[in-house]
Amino acid sequence: MSVKSEAGAPVGGKLATPAFRVLAGLFAAAMLAIAWRFAFGVGSVTAMTDGHPWGAWKVFNVIVLTALASGGYATALLAYVLNRGRYHSLVRLAVLTSAVGYTSGVLSLGVDIGRPWNFWRLVVVTGWNLHSVLLEVAICISAYVVFLWLEVAPLLLDRWTGSPREWLRRRARAITPWLERAFPFIVAFAVVLPTMHQSSLGSLFLLAGPRLHALWQTPALPLFFLISAWFMGYAAVTAASLLCSLAFDRRRHVAVLAAMGRINGGLVLFFVAGRWADVALRGQLGAVAALDRFGALFLAEAALLAPAALMLVRPRRGAGALLALAMSIALGGALYRLDAALVGFMPGPGWRYFPSLLELLVTAGWVAAALATFLYVVRRFPVLDAPLARGARTEGGCS
Amino acid sequence: MTSRRKLLRRALAGGVALASAVRPRPAAAAAPAAEPLMAMLYDATLCIGCKACVAACGAANDPEAWQGSLHQAPVDLDARTRSVIRLARVGDAPAFVKRQCMHCLDPACVAACMMKALQKREFGLVSWDGGKCVGCRYCQVACPYNVPRFEWDSANPRIVKCELCRDRLVAGGQPACCEACPRAAVIYGRRDDLLAEAHRRIRESPGRYVPRVYGEREAGGTQVLYLSHVPFETLGLPSLGPRSLPESVHAVQGRIYRGFVAPTALYAVVAGLILRNRRAGERDAAPPGTGDVPSREEP
Repeated sequence: MSVKSEAGAPVGGKLATPAFRVLAGLFAAAMLAIAWRFAFGVGSVTAMTDGHPWGAWKVFNVIVLTALASGGYATALLAYVLNRGRYHSLVRLAVLTSAVGYTSGVLSLGVDIGRPWNFWRLVVVTGWNLHSVLLEVAICISAYVVFLWLEVAPLLLDRWTGSPREWLRRRARAITPWLERAFPFIVAFAVVLPTMHQSSLGSLFLLAGPRLHALWQTPALPLFFLISAWFMGYAAVTAASLLCSLAFDRRRHVAVLAAMGRINGGLVLFFVAGRWADVALRGQLGAVAALDRFGALFLAEAALLAPAALMLVRPRRGAGALLALAMSIALGGALYRLDAALVGFMPGPGWRYFPSLLELLVTAGWVAAALATFLYVVRRFPVLDAPLARGARTEGGCS
Repeated sequence: MTSRRKLLRRALAGGVALASAVRPRPAAAAAPAAEPLMAMLYDATLCIGCKACVAACGAANDPEAWQGSLHQAPVDLDARTRSVIRLARVGDAPAFVKRQCMHCLDPACVAACMMKALQKREFGLVSWDGGKCVGCRYCQVACPYNVPRFEWDSANPRIVKCELCRDRLVAGGQPACCEACPRAAVIYGRRDDLLAEAHRRIRESPGRYVPRVYGEREAGGTQVLYLSHVPFETLGLPSLGPRSLPESVHAVQGRIYRGFVAPTALYAVVAGLILRNRRAGERDAAPPGTGDVPSREEP
């Protein structure tokens, strides 16, 4: 598990492809909306209300996207902690998706909160409210972003140690041995921190009490959120790997991804069974049978996740099937989190929320920023394998 | 201190006396305590919906907004309205309800708040400190009464809610709304006194009230108490069990994080495993993996 264990190669090529330009344009447009928000208040751009104080910016950009960006965490569990060597081939890609995803999420949070200039107070230990679940989430997520970029650092250093610029080369060479020594402890932090905050993201909604619909309000919220981070992470890594192979004409890691898909099948099955058991134990099966908005959404989550079980029946599948299953799992997990954090939240009669166009533009802008950064790093740093013999096709985007 | 107590007593006695056009005898004098929990008692059967309390609240807490306006009748709490009178219709009978912060005994908003911007202070009132608030709005998610409001249209937004007229209380006065009410439908006093008074009213006028004091036990109890002739749910007051919300969180989260033992142990185990695996890998001196190469654990 050396820092430089995987041989990779930058994709290279022109950065400003049409896909990249679209992403950059989206982000630029979002920045305008963000400027407006800082001038005239959060309400001037969003559709949030006092009844629905948490909208797309928190629920989608943080609660859903950090789960989709849990690939680095979930893959590190397999590769480093459980010592499944074959998954090392996915670690670099996984960690990069996590780093860009989490960074985008935290930045989005800084725009969502009303008084970000007080955020620095998080370092004042005496000011902590130790009863606040959100305090733990805020500290863990912020710290995790740092550890994620430390996890990404080896592939940056890989390139910088061969940089033509002398000062950069010298620094990179000086840092590398230190990083190598510290790496196990960095990875351990990068496993413990998301274990804490991904489960606590679920615990946040315990405090909503009866205002969260009974199909989602359960003492098992932290467990469900943790498991969903795992399977959404594996699904996102699977999709990212296959889409990159497709976009950049790289070798498809079908065998490793199928093995990962099999693990994920088990996880998802456990999750869905756990959800049904939890609902049944709390006597809420009637709420499913009611088949109202909430019952239907509960069933939709299960329907999107259930196909994952196919991997347990027959694990050898092609890239197309793996990608479709991963997408379905990611969507199912995203829907679960969306429901638990937003749709299932019932502040009382008269309150409605649907994000405004500008709000969605900012949401999309942060996602675009994450994807554009991902593309940049993939093109300039050795994240993916060396190209296939017939040479790389360099067009197109990749998530 | 004496003058404050005198004022409080007078206010309470005055309020109770007015209310007792129907019911005689004020509540028994309170035993002195270092810092008593102060409370409000709202009696929906006495309120005529005149909104004098709303106007007084605005004048006391947000004079700028109320300057020069003839009359304002906000329909709900908002970023400039800390207290509001709402109308519920039950058949033909109207019922008014005064809504404001409930000043919970174990407030969900205070438990939610990361850096103690919301805290219980003098007399148990819950107040907000803008120097510590990041504007995350988790208090709004947490409050079961949907009370805290956020200044959505401000670049420097505050969390706005009733703070029980903290300045007036500290100076020995009473909340502006209680002072303004011409019917003593809302009165101010020690929580234990007001609870006793509420139960006395129920006892002495059977049939007049829903035989329960809202706020006595709801979500661990509140410092704003309600008496009503219509079901409390009709007034928009949610049905809540006796357990406070922070307690239900602590039952889960407190167990996981007790003494921070579990996260520390997890770190030790994870770091240990990673180090062991790394050493094992170096011993094997395996060439850099190229991905699909099966490794030791393959069947």
